[in-house]
Amino acid sequence: MSTKPKILVFSTEKISDPAIDLAGLLKKHYPNTVYTISVPCSSGIKPRWIMQAYEKGFDGVFIAADGTDCPYGESCVEKTSDIISVTHQMMKDKGLKPSQLKMAAICSVCADPFVAHINNFMKELAKKDN
Amino acid sequence: MKKKIGVYVCHCGGNISDYVDIEKVKDAVRDEADVFLVKNTLFACADSSQKMMEEDIKTQGLDAMVVASCSPKLHLNTFRGVAQRAGLNPYNYVQVNIREQDSWAHSDNPAGATEKAIQLVKAGIARAKESEALTSMKIATTNAVAVIGAGVGGMRTALGLADMGTEVYLIEKSFFVGGRTAQWGSVAPTNDRGDVLTAGLFNEIQKRSNIKLFTGAELIEKTGSVGNFDIKVKIHPRGFDGTATADDIQKAVKACPVSTTDEFNFGLTQRTAILTPQKGQYPQQPAIDKALCNQCGACQKINSAFQPASTNEEILTLHIGGFVANTGFDPYEPAKGEYGYGEIDNVITLPQLKRLIELNDNELVFKGKKVKKIAYIYCVGSRQDDDEGKNKYCSRYCCTSATHTGVTVKNKYKDILNYHFNRGIRTYGKAELIYGQASQQGDVFLQFTLDSIPQVERKHNKTYVKVKDILTAGKTIETDADLVVLVTGMVPRENVKLGHLLKIPEGRDHFFNEIHMKLKPVETVIDGVMIAGTSQAPKNILETLNSSMAAAAKVNSVLTKGELSLEPTLAKVNPGACTWCGKCAEACPFDAIVQVDNEGKMVAKVNESNCKGCGMCTPVCPTDAIDLDGFTNAQIGAMIDALAEL
Repeated sequence: MSTKPKILVFSTEKISDPAIDLAGLLKKHYPNTVYTISVPCSSGIKPRWIMQAYEKGFDGVFIAADGTDCPYGESCVEKTSDIISVTHQMMKDKGLKPSQLKMAAICSVCADPFVAHINNFMKELAKKDN
Repeated sequence: MKKKIGVYVCHCGGNISDYVDIEKVKDAVRDEADVFLVKNTLFACADSSQKMMEEDIKTQGLDAMVVASCSPKLHLNTFRGVAQRAGLNPYNYVQVNIREQDSWAHSDNPAGATEKAIQLVKAGIARAKESEALTSMKIATTNAVAVIGAGVGGMRTALGLADMGTEVYLIEKSFFVGGRTAQWGSVAPTNDRGDVLTAGLFNEIQKRSNIKLFTGAELIEKTGSVGNFDIKVKIHPRGFDGTATADDIQKAVKACPVSTTDEFNFGLTQRTAILTPQKGQYPQQPAIDKALCNQCGACQKINSAFQPASTNEEILTLHIGGFVANTGFDPYEPAKGEYGYGEIDNVITLPQLKRLIELNDNELVFKGKKVKKIAYIYCVGSRQDDDEGKNKYCSRYCCTSATHTGVTVKNKYKDILNYHFNRGIRTYGKAELIYGQASQQGDVFLQFTLDSIPQVERKHNKTYVKVKDILTAGKTIETDADLVVLVTGMVPRENVKLGHLLKIPEGRDHFFNEIHMKLKPVETVIDGVMIAGTSQAPKNILETLNSSMAAAAKVNSVLTKGELSLEPTLAKVNPGACTWCGKCAEACPFDAIVQVDNEGKMVAKVNESNCKGCGMCTPVCPTDAIDLDGFTNAQIGAMIDALAEL
């Protein structure tokens, strides 16, 4: 059993999934305790799902957002950040640190940024656990 | 709830099973509730595996299926097809990515990769258990395609598409079509001329009313998705409008005070700010290089068709269904000092020699000196041993082109001696005959390895090439040469803006990446965006044309039906829980949510023809009364639980 922090990634099918696939294709490694669930758009992620992840034992949740590339339009950026702030409030109530939820725009070719974000997040979470 | 789930775990040759312990994965998921059978496949996508799954669904009565293999980008539709053929709703199928997001991403940690695969497959089973049968919606598509780049490949794609009835917008950044091929004289293996090939293609394009050609044009904006993209194309002013005699054009060129190196001749000659079309470049009408023109007006005084001050920029708005990017290559530019390049006068590249041959009719002269001995150094910028893998690849065309050039110079001029310093000649297929011809005419072939590359030196007013020749037992052999020709490979053409606009992924070598070399050779992960020619990888003209035709056929097959099945992932409202606050309607960017009366209570309802399935309406609902099909609370919740286990 792994003792590394566990991260749940919500990623978008058309934009950030290809980047995460590309990271694998290019053999750019990141810890194996990172799991991805794909959704059509980052502004469709429910805060209750994120909270469920913490409840069930995930240390961190990473939202690989569409950013301005979202095929469903530009309002995605604002709506995704609304979801983050609502979730941050819920996390506060449960005694979770806001830094356990991270978001970054990951474009379809952003393999390097994805791996860098995940590795940094992993380091931060590991520090907190100690 | 599904009760009879079939689970298939794929080895993918060794792509997965070299890192993930498949048996361990099977054992770990066998006893999950509702899993009816667990099998492994060497290649799940193979015909025999697909048939086996179909048989299992039919004879065992499976009501859901999970395949743990590669990215859904590659085979989601393959296995949805398997389900459909066997009578199972395609949306009761779940693909689990244990290759790109597991075995490859964690190839440094096989135990960890196996552990992750188990969790991922369990989550897939949990999702399949909660899956529901769904029916696809259809949208109308536009049978029009933007082809980017009008070299041989782009022009061939345009013709192929036009002849299948597709409207084509052929968009070329420079003021002339023809691309690289227009720069070549005799080309291997058939000795036809590059400029004649481009002339023929341009001539055919002129005959098609459904090809609209734009030169001096670039894509600046793209919105929408497959079937319906809206694009903006900027047309730069040509600076020439009307007609001028050849004599007037020549006078204008003479009058222009600007001087710069001529890219068409790879810097062998100078040009002015007036771009004149070369053989093989079309339209045969000059243009003004705005970046260099100093607006002196000298050309305009000779003929008023020259309009250096024109700022007639045009922005076109077009509605299309798909793209083909056929943006070509640049020859590798050797670093200063690489085999003496840029330091020793008579060290040039193969593309420069090919232009030199075009510029010299009776005898081959370089910088005023007659050329008798040519030393070719192969694999410059190809097959290099760098850690980043940037120039690790073989550029494919160069061995053939260099031997072919050796034969061409020998035929065209008398008394030429060719010395080929190579790393093993790779004239594959019919090109092997050219190698034979070069050997027969007396060309000398010397072979080296990467750890002992040729040395180019200037001494006693002459240039020498020295090498340890492995074909003569490692003896050091030296020759003087009037020209040292660096046989340079291909690199992708600088195209940062376009790659960014179309979001086409690049590989380690920076060429555009197809989804799969063999299974989806011209498709990219961006639906409706195809790639072809040397934008993908080094290719010769023949291979470029093959892929260009493939891209034409592929994009046409997507658009020609006039409609496209959309993912049936639509939002749906639970009227019992809805209290109509209007937040979902506000969140929807597509006006898909309306207020209706449901047995005396006002509730939200989704207009299915407007809903695009983004899910933006679902997180804002205060009573959690909206779910997205395929991504329901039940499905995502079950996946989170399964992934969190351990």
